[in-house]
Amino acid sequence: MTITEDQDARSDAPATPRQRRAARIAEAAGGGWGLILLKIVVLGLILALAVYAALVLIRMDQWVPAVLVVAAALLAVWIYSGRGRLPAKYLMPGLVFLFVFQVFAALYTGYVAFTNYGTGHNSTKESAVNALMLSAQERVPDSPEYELTILDQLGELSFLVTDPDGEVLIGGEDRPLEEVDDAEMRGGKAVALDGYTTLEFAEIVANQERISEMAVPLSDDPNDGALRTPDGSIAYVYTSTLVYDEAAGTMTDTRTGVVYSDIGTGAFTAEDGTELKPGWQIVVGFDNFTRAFAEESIRGPFLSVLVWTFAFALLSVLTCFALGLFLAIVFNDPRMKSKKYYRVLMILPYAFPGFLSALVWAGMMNQEFGFLNVVLFGGADIPWLTNEWLAKASIILVNLWLGFPYMFLICTGALQSIPEDVQEAARVDGASAWQVFRSIKLPLLLVAVAPLLISSFAFNFNNFSLIYMLTGGGPRDVTAGVNVGATDILITMVYKVAFVGSSADYGLASAFSIIIFILVATISVLAFRRTKALEDLN
Amino acid sequence: MKVTKRSILVFGAIASVSALALTGCGAGSTGGDADDKGDAGAITVWVDADRAGVLKDAAKDFTADTGVEVKLVQKEFGDIRDQFVQQVPTGKGPDVAVGAHDWLGVLVDNGVVAPVELGDRAGEFEKVAVDAFSYDGQVYGVPYAIENIGLLRNADLVPEAPTSYDDMIAKGKAAGTEYAFLVGLDPEAADPYHLYPFQTSFGAPVFGTKADGSYNAEDLQIGNDGGKAFATWLGEQGKAGILNTNITGDLARENFNAGKAPFFLTGPWNAPSATEAGLNVVVDPIPSAGGQPAQPFAGVQGFFLSSESKNKLAASEFLLNYIGSEEVQTALYEVGGRAPALTAAFEAAVESDPLTAGFGAVGADAVPMPSIPEMGAVWQYWGVTEAAIINGTGGDPVALWEKMAADVQAAISK
Repeated sequence: MTITEDQDARSDAPATPRQRRAARIAEAAGGGWGLILLKIVVLGLILALAVYAALVLIRMDQWVPAVLVVAAALLAVWIYSGRGRLPAKYLMPGLVFLFVFQVFAALYTGYVAFTNYGTGHNSTKESAVNALMLSAQERVPDSPEYELTILDQLGELSFLVTDPDGEVLIGGEDRPLEEVDDAEMRGGKAVALDGYTTLEFAEIVANQERISEMAVPLSDDPNDGALRTPDGSIAYVYTSTLVYDEAAGTMTDTRTGVVYSDIGTGAFTAEDGTELKPGWQIVVGFDNFTRAFAEESIRGPFLSVLVWTFAFALLSVLTCFALGLFLAIVFNDPRMKSKKYYRVLMILPYAFPGFLSALVWAGMMNQEFGFLNVVLFGGADIPWLTNEWLAKASIILVNLWLGFPYMFLICTGALQSIPEDVQEAARVDGASAWQVFRSIKLPLLLVAVAPLLISSFAFNFNNFSLIYMLTGGGPRDVTAGVNVGATDILITMVYKVAFVGSSADYGLASAFSIIIFILVATISVLAFRRTKALEDLN
Repeated sequence: MKVTKRSILVFGAIASVSALALTGCGAGSTGGDADDKGDAGAITVWVDADRAGVLKDAAKDFTADTGVEVKLVQKEFGDIRDQFVQQVPTGKGPDVAVGAHDWLGVLVDNGVVAPVELGDRAGEFEKVAVDAFSYDGQVYGVPYAIENIGLLRNADLVPEAPTSYDDMIAKGKAAGTEYAFLVGLDPEAADPYHLYPFQTSFGAPVFGTKADGSYNAEDLQIGNDGGKAFATWLGEQGKAGILNTNITGDLARENFNAGKAPFFLTGPWNAPSATEAGLNVVVDPIPSAGGQPAQPFAGVQGFFLSSESKNKLAASEFLLNYIGSEEVQTALYEVGGRAPALTAAFEAAVESDPLTAGFGAVGADAVPMPSIPEMGAVWQYWGVTEAAIINGTGGDPVALWEKMAADVQAAISK
């Protein structure tokens, strides 16, 4: 994005090239008229976009986001239109990103943690009632199909139906079917009646919401059922197995007489506690958090999983850091030839997507046909992924392969920044290579690298994809009777508990995310406090 | 200053992204936006890439016949279920979406699908397909394809079909290949889906059925005497090395295609690669191990109707008379290779292709994969127990099987 200046437009161009250059620089620094015009156009675009977004949002009854979008746009205009406010000009885009992708997601997770959102509690009460009433419409078994024509009389719709015996009847909402004998017939189907207009398909489509909700009673007795049409050309006799009493807020099962009422649990519940699915979303307070600690499938293995999670995260960081640092020091030695090529090789594991690598490793670790056993161990029968302890070791090993290039890179960078003369001085004083490393290089290195080690720990604490792809949390002890395996970390255990089979429990999962966040945050804060001490070295 | 200019542009991008993100409404899903006055003459259909082409033609016909526009939105098949569940309640979801029948439990429990009245056309579909799309006595959607496993036989190695499991192993050994019989398993979780026909041949389905043929979650049958017999049999096969959990699906396919085994228990998805490898393959019925019919699971795919659709009549019409038509069902079969759900199209497909005919014949005995939510509890324990029995790592097979049945029962009644 540069602005091409129209050179000929300026008649008073300075004479010497040098002056011309200076003028150009001053022009660019001061922001010429072109820039101001661009500013106005772009800000106008932003405002227009915001107004459009707000209108769309308001039409969807999303008031809060609409207000936020407009406020953000106004703020942007205020920040970028005037002079000054330089820090804000730089911070604004980042803050917007931060809000949309971080703060909003975190707040929403926090909100969901206090609701029962999940399979069976997916939407509002209104939607639940609608879905229940739809599912409750059952076609009366062996009832005839009626050929249907939809008629209109002064805005009131009627069903003109022909039963399989050729009898013609008419009826509407609250007007039970009655026979007619002067209908116009075509091919054995009544298609019109004097005094009514017949709806064409396009008109049926235009009124389909009304028509699909129409129920024309067969007779005065509601138990006989009512005619409904799924497609506007055929009608069937339906009875509803549920009756909704809006005033009392209850659902009654017409077959058993059981009354289901709304008792504040987010579903219509009978006296004996059976619930009608679907229910709806409600706020449940701290229920999910108590469940997180009380749920049997979690409580049992919780401690061992927690210990393994810490072990996995710590060991991952330590092994990767150790290997990365070792290689970095080796390749940092001036005597090393063709360092460039080695370094490229080192980065390769980092360039493969982790998902893929984990799957490939899972194949290589196959007990009988895997590359490791067949080629490297000459046909040994090592149960890499099916023995409890070996599986844990395999996870660490694969994560080492995936993670050491990152550590190698940051250590290489950090080593460049350690001044050579400090090491020289130490050597002159007669320190051994190990002492130089131990007392000079490592502490100085840690100043730069410690925060990255902490973030690496936090990442590995929740390294879902590696565990999921490599072992799926297995191997499991089948006699234990829990759905948790030897290599499950907290996050994969939560996944197994909250997303059993195909049902999802977002409330519980969110509550767990918050608990895990608190764990990781606490550890990170403590660790950062400790690293402050390192910085005093400088 | 350049930074400022760029950030303005970036901000414009952000504003639009955030507006969309905050409404929870991704680009491209703005269809089905029927307000009171607007385009009630349009329905939105979510479809996966493979089926989009066929639906485009069907949609054209539909629009020509009825004047109702069809907006096709292409989605990744695996994402459709969750997005459907999330978007239907917002009123922004589609009217119709493609899907698999075993999603039904989740879709019905979330109240996002509406029943579809097949009326007198119900008899024109394969029974297993309609059963699969039924839930609590209602049919939710129009099926278009049935998929099930069968026994692939390399006819050059073994010329005639086996009569029973033992006969198959005997024939396989006589063929002198490296393996007598292959099935893809997983070291950790075996593969209950592929082993299910052997389990049913011992008379141990997962759930019993109600009078109307639907699964009864209260009646867990997996731990019955047949199940225990199946567990014993699994242990024996594992010990004999015939079932080997280290042979994954990929290894099994490679070995079969390399002619290292005469029999391979798999689905239609592996048939093309065997044919391409130059093998002379035939699909046989799955041989019984326990004396009773070996019934595999059938997976049925079809199209669902949204419960919040504002265009139910038009959508039903499209589902029943276009997607449910022989022409469209046949076209869908030609792009997907799965047996059609409509009987007329099914019979035509069976006549034209012996492999489809073979899988179709097996499918006649198939049972729908249970779509009830309780199935989730079964999957949790089923595979790992099978793997432990085959590998002989957990002790007595029958005790393990009983433990599994008890665990499943406990998880269901929780």
